[in-house]
Amino acid sequence: MTSALETAANPQDMKRIVIEPLTRVEGHGKVTLLQGKNRNIRQARLHITEFRGFEKFIQGRPYWELPVLVQRLCGICPVSHHLAAAKATDMIVGARELTPTAEKVRRLMHYGQTLQSHALHFFHLCSPDLLFGYDDEVRHRNVVGVIEDSPELAKQGVLLRKYGQEVIRVTAGKRIHGTGAIPGGVNKSLSKDEIHYLQNDIAQMIGWAQGAVELMKTVFFEQLDYHMAFASIETSMMSQVRGDGAFELYHGGLRARDHLGETIFDHVDYRNYNDYIRESVKDWSYMKFPFITSLGEEEGWYRVGPLARINNCDFISTPLADAERKEFMAVGKGLPVQSTMAYHWARLIELLHCTEAIAELLCDRDLIGKDLRNKGVMQECGTGVIEAPRGTLFHHYEINDEGIVEKASLIVSTTNNNQAMNESIRKVANQYLDGHRLSEALLNQVEVAIRAYDPCLSCATHAIGKMPMELNLMDDRGELIDRLEKRVNGQINRTL
Amino acid sequence: MSTEKTFRLDGKAIPFEDGETVMDAALKAGEYIPHLCHNPDFEPHGSCRICVVDVNGRHQCSCTLPASEGMDVDNSSEAITNKRRTLLQMLFVEGNHVCPACEKSGACQLQAVAYQTGMLNPHFTHFFPKRSIDASHPDIVFYFNRCILCGLCVRVSRDVDKKAVFSLSGRGHRTRIIFNSPSGKAVDTELAITDKAVSVCPTGAILPKHHGYETPVGERLYDCLPISVVGDAAKHHTAKKHFLNGDPDE
Ligand code: SF4
Repeated sequence: MTSALETAANPQDMKRIVIEPLTRVEGHGKVTLLQGKNRNIRQARLHITEFRGFEKFIQGRPYWELPVLVQRLCGICPVSHHLAAAKATDMIVGARELTPTAEKVRRLMHYGQTLQSHALHFFHLCSPDLLFGYDDEVRHRNVVGVIEDSPELAKQGVLLRKYGQEVIRVTAGKRIHGTGAIPGGVNKSLSKDEIHYLQNDIAQMIGWAQGAVELMKTVFFEQLDYHMAFASIETSMMSQVRGDGAFELYHGGLRARDHLGETIFDHVDYRNYNDYIRESVKDWSYMKFPFITSLGEEEGWYRVGPLARINNCDFISTPLADAERKEFMAVGKGLPVQSTMAYHWARLIELLHCTEAIAELLCDRDLIGKDLRNKGVMQECGTGVIEAPRGTLFHHYEINDEGIVEKASLIVSTTNNNQAMNESIRKVANQYLDGHRLSEALLNQVEVAIRAYDPCLSCATHAIGKMPMELNLMDDRGELIDRLEKRVNGQINRTL
Repeated sequence: MSTEKTFRLDGKAIPFEDGETVMDAALKAGEYIPHLCHNPDFEPHGSCRICVVDVNGRHQCSCTLPASEGMDVDNSSEAITNKRRTLLQMLFVEGNHVCPACEKSGACQLQAVAYQTGMLNPHFTHFFPKRSIDASHPDIVFYFNRCILCGLCVRVSRDVDKKAVFSLSGRGHRTRIIFNSPSGKAVDTELAITDKAVSVCPTGAILPKHHGYETPVGERLYDCLPISVVGDAAKHHTAKKHFLNGDPDE
């Protein structure tokens, strides 16, 4: 075909159509601000251009492929998708419970994933902001600046992340896109050598994680008022918790609390999530808007992720992280901490918890067990829910009697935060928009607000200050009145 | 004086008996010639052409070429490897091979031979054919996207299992594997999971249901040793062990 075109007799009669994949992959963060008559920002819309069509793509595949297949949804937290799908397929193969070895190997894998994801976000994407301030020069406010000014911190970031990846490699076979979890269990346990290998560095990792939390606290308290107020919104929060109310990342019941911390629902069996959560569609976004059914579409949106998990749990099972949780909660003075910037703080408490939990697990003999898999009577559907680094992740599949997937529905963590991100942007815009003109400062603040949620959008994988963004301002008649565009190299143009 | 007959393979003397092919003699002598449609346990077919060698200046298919004295066979020059790589690239673009998500990955002969020849990209434009999955059989699933039409299942089902479950149908690029059943579905054939025709597939086109990814990365057939070292006899034994997830001798 290609050579036929290249050697065509009349190439001038042919039209070459290039479909540029990069426009999709690159995924500019596009934000539109709708201004009301009184100059207030009525609505902020973060347009999600990523459309991966995975739910359709999965249809027609055999169910046992799911844990490996769906990892391709995301290059940042593939293990979360791997495990959520594995949990759904556990149900499909009728494994009511996992063997202790399987459950612990999967947990270990998940802690490794959360550790590496949080380390990447904090050290690579956020520490420049936090260390140098949000108004530091863009040229300096990046990870290279951190390496120059705080080489030790930068090194810790790299090694913490690497450690997380090693945990994944040992449990899943590969650092990215491994195959460890299979329907009903895992395909390997750990050898004593692998355990010793991971044990070698874990004390150091705990120490560095503690240091990261300390640093975060110092930064947070230095500008307490700013951090409490910036992009702050009052929302309900949802996460999984363990049966006794403990913080939980791998498996628990769903808990939702309103903005005052009052229970909306608790210990809900996640297999029934459909009775508690619905999704609405808006014509300007590919991403759906989930809401808590009992509160309705207008009021029912919520937040997930580190902020929700730390606020929602009654305690954390590991001592260092629990002590940090208490300090964190004290800032809320008896109410949930609603500060959007506190996501960063909560994320690091989770990072610390992961290192402690890994250390605990590495002493557990079940990790070297040989009983890897359970099975039972095949079922025709399965649901798997997990606390991914960015928040609650839902996978649901229905299969036919040949074992082929007929229906798949996924709610990814970032989708849960969709409305909240819009509201945070609106808050920032109202605070920083001056008249009818967009400014570079506003563009940067919008980026900081989006970044706090650590969304798994391709635009957000760029280092700070380099998030490619387009900011549009529309008046109350829907007319575009200003537009600023920022390129990957940090260059800003007014393109109206 | 020795009466042993020999030919030269990459300069090395390879003994053979009358009637043996270049492939048979080479494998017996522990020399690996890359191949896909060939399996030493069954009649040669000569269709995939991966075992192409240069014999006294001519390209020949070593699995069907009778060995004869005085042959000078080039099995590993760059020119021959380039030919094989091109053939492999064509096989890859004719089907839909998504190795990273394929459950056969790491234990797949097609993938292993591609590694062996240093194939790093498909080079040609993908056909992206629309091919289906047949999961109608209770124990076996067929992914036609990964079929390279080597015909092994056809031959083995007919000659060894004595069931003739499969046929090659159509011509040229429309050739495809079909089931010899009134409905055209696998479930309506006599095929059983224990049939040799099921375990003989060199790719991930025929697989047992419910067992994907059971072997961890690092322990799969070609994870530890390349196909040129695994060779054929060992491959056959171990592959069977992997396939049935137990000891084949039991
Ligand atoms: S059959 Fe082999 S070559 Fe094809 S996708 Fe699977 S592993 Fe890759």
